[in-house]
Amino acid sequence: MNHARPDSAISVARPYTAPRRRVITRDRVISIALITPSVLAIAIFVYVFIGRTAYISLVNWNDFAPDFTWVGLDNYTRLFQTERFQIDLRNTLEFTVVFVAACLFIGLLLAVLLDQKLKGEAIFRNIFMFPLAISFIVTGVAWRWLLTPSSGVNLLFDAVGLGFLKSGWFTDPKVGILAVDIAAVWQMSGYVMAMYLAGLRGIPEELREAARVDGATEWQVFRRVMLPMLQPITLSAVIILGHISLKIFDLTKSMTGPGPGFSSDVPALFMYDTTFSGSHFSQGAAIATVLLLLVSVLIIPYLIYNFRNEVQQ
Amino acid sequence: MSAVTPSVRQPRRPQIRASRVAIYAILVVFAAFYLMPVYVLVVTGLKSFTEISLDRMWNLPTSIGFDSFRDAWLGNENTSINGLAGNFYNSIILTVPATLISAMLGSMNGYVLAKWKFRGANIIFPAILFGMFIPYQSVLIPLVQTMQSVHLYGSLLGLMFVHIIYGIPITTLIFRNYYASVPTELVEAARIDGASILGVYRHILFPISLPGFIVVMIWQFTAIWNEFLFAVVLVNNPESQPITVALNNLAGSFSVQWNIQMAGALLAAVPTLLVYIFLGRYFIRGLLAGSVKG
Repeated sequence: MNHARPDSAISVARPYTAPRRRVITRDRVISIALITPSVLAIAIFVYVFIGRTAYISLVNWNDFAPDFTWVGLDNYTRLFQTERFQIDLRNTLEFTVVFVAACLFIGLLLAVLLDQKLKGEAIFRNIFMFPLAISFIVTGVAWRWLLTPSSGVNLLFDAVGLGFLKSGWFTDPKVGILAVDIAAVWQMSGYVMAMYLAGLRGIPEELREAARVDGATEWQVFRRVMLPMLQPITLSAVIILGHISLKIFDLTKSMTGPGPGFSSDVPALFMYDTTFSGSHFSQGAAIATVLLLLVSVLIIPYLIYNFRNEVQQ
Repeated sequence: MSAVTPSVRQPRRPQIRASRVAIYAILVVFAAFYLMPVYVLVVTGLKSFTEISLDRMWNLPTSIGFDSFRDAWLGNENTSINGLAGNFYNSIILTVPATLISAMLGSMNGYVLAKWKFRGANIIFPAILFGMFIPYQSVLIPLVQTMQSVHLYGSLLGLMFVHIIYGIPITTLIFRNYYASVPTELVEAARIDGASILGVYRHILFPISLPGFIVVMIWQFTAIWNEFLFAVVLVNNPESQPITVALNNLAGSFSVQWNIQMAGALLAAVPTLLVYIFLGRYFIRGLLAGSVKG
């Protein structure tokens, strides 16, 4: 299509990332044109919209009719005084800690076990990971019935003589959001397992052998050789799980709803209710902004860290 | 995968054999945990209505009946249950084109970002990526307003558009990393031979892009099929809603028996489960790509 251009031949001699100031080639124009629609779309649908949401959170639009009277941080102060939101923040913290800890533990355990060159490894791996392919809504519906006090898991506990483990699950305000954790861990722990498994496969066998030759026990090999090498993966997993957990919505919505006394409520659910059922748009925008800030605290350093590493490579 | 190592190993000690048994025991217990919901979904779905009872949830059906599936799929006028068939169809109409367009966009962006680095790319790329981590609540209100003002609110077309846009970060990321692994010398050689930017794409990169496309398409298919928040906020008309929203409505209605909800859940999960069963390898690759560098 295009003939050899002198300038493109010259450019080979330079490092190809070198900025070309004066020579604007046709290819350069096309390359910009290819990516511009996406960049514009993200600029508007992510950044402009976030700005708009932040703006709405600072006005008084808490009724169906738009009202753009500036109220500063009033929506936020009211929000943090609202009991439901206080419970939501506590629930989110509780949910996140349990979710991340359980997923990391189970994920690492299963990855280490599957890394022992077992027969049938692929079957187990696929069983541990299939929940990742299905919707949180499906998971929520299934686990709602499995954790119904008069049925499901409680029947199993009775059958094997572990009746003392029976619980009201999400109908019991003391359990509340922790019942949702069970379903969430069921769904997401396979992800962590996959990450760790990929990490373990990347550790050269010679390294373990060398440690063994030096007289290390299997536990020491794991503790002193493997675990430190898996640290970047642990970091990634915590970030990924953490941001999923902060945003969790579908699962609570389909499994429990807000629960008795908001015991399984989360900010995302509150945001949905207050905005789209209650028409408290400014309050909803304030919740959304708080959520965004929480997620950003996790994600932005992570992105920077990732890109620094990449540039160094 | 691993290098060929001479297998001059000592005979296994009994201690090791015992630990193998323990490992398998732990794995089987976990497998039972992961498969538990599947068992209940399938068994419940296969029971006839007379056999449905919450306190016999774990019992196998004495005879096979598809009543629950029939009602979940087609609905039942007597009990005014809305079947999921129409919504299943909506999800296909929504997901397939959105997946294809997403993949094309991601491929283009990934190509430019990997092989035609321009000044500012090091800022633009992370800025695009940030879009895949945000809680979508933080764009929801302006999104609804915008969709209303362009008359795309409430339609599958509008929802498709939204999925394509918010799919840009992940599809760009996967393709960019995929193309970054293609040697730059290949691209430079083609350019010396006179290929333009589009020529390089068509003759060098596109032909080897199939694995990238499979990974991205599986990712987007699964993500869009399973998505709930955009769908429930942007499509208010039950006739046009995708299956996740319809399933949530079915499950949220007190007049719908739990066995029908279970059958509905299984039906909603079938397409993505099939993808997982047949293309699991690529599914996992997408998953690991989703953790940015993995």
